[in-house]
Amino acid sequence: MIPGAFEYHRPASVDEAIALLSRHGDEGRVIAGGHSLVPMMKLRLAEPGHLIDLQGLDSLRGIQQAGRCIEIGAMTTQQEVAASELLAEVCPILREAALLIADPQVRYCGTLGGNVANGDPGNDMPAVMQCLDASFVLRGPKGEREVPARNFYEAAYFTARAEDELLTAVSLPIPPAGHGYAYEKLKRKVGDYATAAAAVVLIMNGGTCESASIALTNVGQTPLFAEAAGQTLVGTKVDEAAVAMAVEAAKGIAEPVADMRGPEEYRTHVTGVMVRRAVERALARAQA
Amino acid sequence: MSKIPVKMTVNGRAVDELVEPRLLLVHFLRGKLNLTGPHVGCETSHCGACTVDLDGMSVKSCTVFAVQAEGAEITTVEGMANADGSLSALQEGFMQEHGLQCGYCTPGMIMRAHRLLQENANPSDEEIRWELSGNLCRCTGYQNIVKAVRYAADKLNAQREAAE
Repeated sequence: MIPGAFEYHRPASVDEAIALLSRHGDEGRVIAGGHSLVPMMKLRLAEPGHLIDLQGLDSLRGIQQAGRCIEIGAMTTQQEVAASELLAEVCPILREAALLIADPQVRYCGTLGGNVANGDPGNDMPAVMQCLDASFVLRGPKGEREVPARNFYEAAYFTARAEDELLTAVSLPIPPAGHGYAYEKLKRKVGDYATAAAAVVLIMNGGTCESASIALTNVGQTPLFAEAAGQTLVGTKVDEAAVAMAVEAAKGIAEPVADMRGPEEYRTHVTGVMVRRAVERALARAQA
Repeated sequence: MSKIPVKMTVNGRAVDELVEPRLLLVHFLRGKLNLTGPHVGCETSHCGACTVDLDGMSVKSCTVFAVQAEGAEITTVEGMANADGSLSALQEGFMQEHGLQCGYCTPGMIMRAHRLLQENANPSDEEIRWELSGNLCRCTGYQNIVKAVRYAADKLNAQREAAE
């Protein structure tokens, strides 16, 4: 499998990368880790005329705390996300999710920015970002803007990012200390996308749920923020009745397609199982 | 499409070639440098037979363009033997523990295990399995591969202790 021919660019600055994107329009594609794009190019499902390699842009790497927010550069790899002591301490769901992505070799190359910008419903980080209420920093010729992850995804491979914009960073509010969290993913094998997966963040106070955030991976054209499912838990003890309602609410918005992972009914069922497991594990981890 | 120059260090040797941008690293290593250790297995980033070490990372060389490796330090299985030509601890482990049958996955397994042992000198069997989960073997059932990595870890740790 040989990709189509392209011209290769390696910009030395973000501005240069954006200028290249503007110049080449829909013929231009940025490449970060390349582990989604290169396989697509080998299958000729993607045939960019111009490949804009971001590896020289060190300003897009790294994980920083700024007040009550964490900012993660788009070129930060999944391996770096999983290995970050800062993230393990303040937002450990990111490590849990990163380690469920593909395999070690892919995690060395694959980047957080690529995972969230790509728009593939199979990617894991988009739902995690919706669960955490993260925002994506987009830079284009007219400047910078932030788009909430919950508003970013329009359809499979279609996002709010304009053709001449570069996703430079992910910014997320640090969840309160003592929050419960879990990312549950059913996959057939290492390297597979989820049959269904669920991200959950729970905040408990005196045994009662103060807030709950649930998002789903790969059971729709886009990641799905299951707002109603989270709401059913708020104000409850997260007991069996409340969990059952959250599970039904999440299943109600799931619209998986039948594929080699199973028919729609099965994948919807698995969505419920993932939500249940994630809520139960998040609850066990939450400090009352 | 015009060719562009690419420079890298492969198994300690400086390499300077002109390549088409679409040339995949695995084809560069095999076709241009005659290093046929990295195997083209699945071509879909799943099997790990093409794994090489690139700037301290295990990388599937079928999913990287050669031009992306500009300036990189690469090691393939051809660069794994000791300086005197004797087998490295990992290679010896795969031989002693029967860590291969057909041998197709072996270069990728050895390169991935090499990086694993650089990062974790004394992995548990469970850690070895987790860290090799991006490499498929259709012969061994993995048991002897885990033993081979264990063998190498034990040998390297014993050498380190003796040196101290």
